[in-house]
Amino acid sequence: MSEDKKLPDPSALKEEILAKYPPKIARKRAKSMVINDSKLDQEVQSNVRTIPGIITQRGCTYAGCKGVVLGPTRDIINLVHGPIGCSFYAWLTRRNQTDPGPEGPDGENFINYCFSTDMQDENIVFGGEKKLKQAIQEAYDIFKPKAIGVFSTCPVGLIGDDVHAVSREMKEKLGDCNVFGFSCEGYKGVSQSAGHHIANNQLFRHVVGNDDTKPEGQFNINLLGEYNIGGDGFEIDRIFQACGINVVCTFSGNSTMGAFERSHTADLNLVMCHRSINYMAEMLETKFGIPWMKVNFIGGESTAKALRKIGEYYEDEALIAKIEEVIAEELPKVEARAAEARKRTEGKLAMLFVGGSRAHHYQELFKELGMETVSAGYEFGHRDDYEGRKVLPTIKVDADSRNIEELKVEPDTERFNPRASEIKLETLQEKGMEVSDYKGMNTDMADNALIVDDITHWETEKLVDFYKPDIFCAGIKEKYVVQKSGIPLKQLHSYDYGGPYAGFEGAINFYTDIETMLSTTIWKKLKAPWLAKTDTDPCICAEYVA
Amino acid sequence: MLLRHTPKEIKERKALTINPAKTCQPVGAMYAALGVHGCLPHSHGSQGCCSYHRSVLTRHYKDPIMAGTSSFTEGSSVFGGQANLMQAISNMFTIYNPDLIAIHSTCLSETIGDDLNQIVDKATTDGKVPEGKNVIFCNTPSYVGSHVTGFSNMCAGIVKGLAKHTGVAKDQVNIMPGWVEPSDMREIKRIAAEMLAKIVMYPDTSDVVDTPQTGEFKMYPDGGATVEDIASSGDSIKTLALGSWASEDAAKLLDSKFKVPYEVLDIPVGLSATDRFVEALSNAAKVPVPASFVAERGRLVDVVSDMSQYLYGKKVALFGDPDQLIPLTEFLLDLDMVPTHIVSGTPGKKFTEKIKELCAEKAPNVNVMNGKQADIFQLHQWIKNEPVDLLMGNTYGKYIARDEELPFVRYGFPIIDRIGHSYFPTVGYTGGIRLLEQILGALMDKIDASADETKVELVM
Ligand code: SF4
Ligand code: SF4
Repeated sequence: MSEDKKLPDPSALKEEILAKYPPKIARKRAKSMVINDSKLDQEVQSNVRTIPGIITQRGCTYAGCKGVVLGPTRDIINLVHGPIGCSFYAWLTRRNQTDPGPEGPDGENFINYCFSTDMQDENIVFGGEKKLKQAIQEAYDIFKPKAIGVFSTCPVGLIGDDVHAVSREMKEKLGDCNVFGFSCEGYKGVSQSAGHHIANNQLFRHVVGNDDTKPEGQFNINLLGEYNIGGDGFEIDRIFQACGINVVCTFSGNSTMGAFERSHTADLNLVMCHRSINYMAEMLETKFGIPWMKVNFIGGESTAKALRKIGEYYEDEALIAKIEEVIAEELPKVEARAAEARKRTEGKLAMLFVGGSRAHHYQELFKELGMETVSAGYEFGHRDDYEGRKVLPTIKVDADSRNIEELKVEPDTERFNPRASEIKLETLQEKGMEVSDYKGMNTDMADNALIVDDITHWETEKLVDFYKPDIFCAGIKEKYVVQKSGIPLKQLHSYDYGGPYAGFEGAINFYTDIETMLSTTIWKKLKAPWLAKTDTDPCICAEYVA
Repeated sequence: MLLRHTPKEIKERKALTINPAKTCQPVGAMYAALGVHGCLPHSHGSQGCCSYHRSVLTRHYKDPIMAGTSSFTEGSSVFGGQANLMQAISNMFTIYNPDLIAIHSTCLSETIGDDLNQIVDKATTDGKVPEGKNVIFCNTPSYVGSHVTGFSNMCAGIVKGLAKHTGVAKDQVNIMPGWVEPSDMREIKRIAAEMLAKIVMYPDTSDVVDTPQTGEFKMYPDGGATVEDIASSGDSIKTLALGSWASEDAAKLLDSKFKVPYEVLDIPVGLSATDRFVEALSNAAKVPVPASFVAERGRLVDVVSDMSQYLYGKKVALFGDPDQLIPLTEFLLDLDMVPTHIVSGTPGKKFTEKIKELCAEKAPNVNVMNGKQADIFQLHQWIKNEPVDLLMGNTYGKYIARDEELPFVRYGFPIIDRIGHSYFPTVGYTGGIRLLEQILGALMDKIDASADETKVELVM
């Protein structure tokens, strides 16, 4: 994107959108709609309650906890304590790929299963703890898993079932099964985001650090906030392997309980999705001394950049050389494909409203395709995801966030071991490495780009009308709404069942998929020929008259 | 293996559900509400439920599914959701201008004990409902029944909120189609039109969730039963309720409120159930069955008689919803196939009774279970113990089909990996041919793929 080319000023659009709202709501929404100006520090109101009835993209805390963070782990039984629906809807719908290898004791894979206590009215009236205990026992008897996670849904919190007490009791009773609970009732917090935090807390409390076995690699990292949707994690693993980098644990794509248990033995944490996992990065740093760095493996250039950051961190000649070799081998192919795709994509407009990091990361890929991001926003981001972590001290903690537990973490008396000196980390930071830092989305966006947090359906319609983007990125609920307006929508939760889109191979896949979407013939044939002609083509009208 | 941990040995379970053959009430209520023209469904609870329900319906129909949520927070969970719902009603009318809003509850608002009746009354007296607009509602606690119960409850909610009685009888028959696809609803309307029977059908999701792509998004698509038509159903001669689980309560309510008598029929899936439906409609609307139906029926019978050698004695495992499974089982028996294992997560004692009665003669050893722990895991275990030739059920069946190398026909809700259900009905005689085509296609594809090279047949 050329820096000097300014996007059109959307002020009038913003006014028009707000005019439809009752005054109080207009005032609130105005703060979540920001016209980007790189010269200013602009606040994007985010992580606040969604207005009832406004038609939001957001889901619930349970979805963030069970669906996002724990969902991708294959050898744990995720037992949902609640009525049937919550578990049913989270059953295989997030496309977390996993590779359990051959069948056998180490090939455990429960991802294809859906477990629920299917609470009935008598459980709501008399409490569901007994049924939960029994369900844990039955799951253990049938499957002998090494771990069972128990997830609370809305009614459970209200009737006061203590999932933690039940879990403790059953863990003791079963002996060789780690049973632990999550108070991730859907009404907590204001979006999926609170669920991420709760998941981070419980994994840290009950799993991380349980196995001190040292990793075998020379360069041992954890990859945080990468969920192996469409095989993204597999592609990143392939690249790491080529570079000689050993992944101790990915949180949580293609993960196992064993990997979580050993994750504190890594040297460095690389954070992909800052929103969902920054808590884990911070806790691992405080307790065990592992520094973290923000990286982005979405986009060919970004992937190369991320790898080089790792090289710089380790300051190892051989590793740096190997990384350069891998980049030299892979990047030209990516660039060639981008150049080819650009013939059809150059100058086209994109909009992204999704998640808590993808709306930022995927702008890289569009840049590589010569496409401009005119408007973007998160579904469940916080201010730091927009404005950078520098605003953390100034974020007001409201009633909804206050109820989400902050773990008090202290350095481990025996195992705390700072992997890098303060001076080294500072030097890296000075080089622009985002050590323990994330600069947020806004700085990467053009002036006048419209940033909208927790976009509503009404706003979506107006934005589509105003910008007439060539491609819109969001989720399944928005997919056909936007497409019925004649604009292709790329799902960035599920990738429209394609991918991987991460790493070098992923970038190539993405270029091709976007090129395909922009070149699909059917979009030019939406109107019946007799309707398409009438009012725009006076000749035809004249013919009819004649 | 995808389901590598499913053991052949069956252990009794009392508390754990694995791979459910049902989901929760609100999604059914949302689907039913979409069958009213100009209606915006609303989920009264936290926003996760609404997001999930919209998502699964969107995946199933590949069409926009719009709905609002009360977006409960921890505060609303403690103090009740009245303020949220009042605000939601007012916002939805202001911003999205629907003709009516159809509210359903969720586990959360039910557990709290929010009184929808009282809140809607208050919204009305407080002037939050514009002149000429409606708000209807129903209770859908998911810890009772299943998604089918929710559909049924919203159908009753539609009757309660919109049906009227003018005292002037109308020469028309009400049809409550049950939880069927838009293609099926369209087909039922076609059958009635062909018979010259005057009907009012609701809910009617045709032209709502199978809308044309014209480059123009319509928040309220052209289809859906109109408020006016629904209002008139209180003056109809009779109601035909298709499917006792999904439609009986609403029909009963019309009867008790307005003295419109009703008859419960099976959803017209397959030959015999369609025969009964056509005759019942003919009787109720006092119209003769047109000659064209003899031909339509005859085409279905023809296909069966032509292909029966491929069907005879083949064992089938089924899962889904009672209203569908009952006529489907009957159809399979008409085809001389052998229903072998049947599960439905939806409770109701009469389901197993009915299935056993149907199967008594030709498939007396049928395994059938519904309600608690009647899940797809159980079905899979049964299949491991007694293998079958064909599996029929929603998309989740494909994991079993792949592991057990079974021909698989997608049938039911949700189907999220294939298209067709929106466009090609499975009700009526023509729908029967479509079902047969799918069943035969699945069975014969396997024959083609697995036959010895010397035994591959050109003509089948
Ligand atoms: S809480 Fe109840 S209504 Fe909501 S998804 Fe879960 S089961 Fe369904
Ligand atoms: S009931 Fe609560 S936990 Fe379950 S889907 Fe709804 S909001 Fe989420």
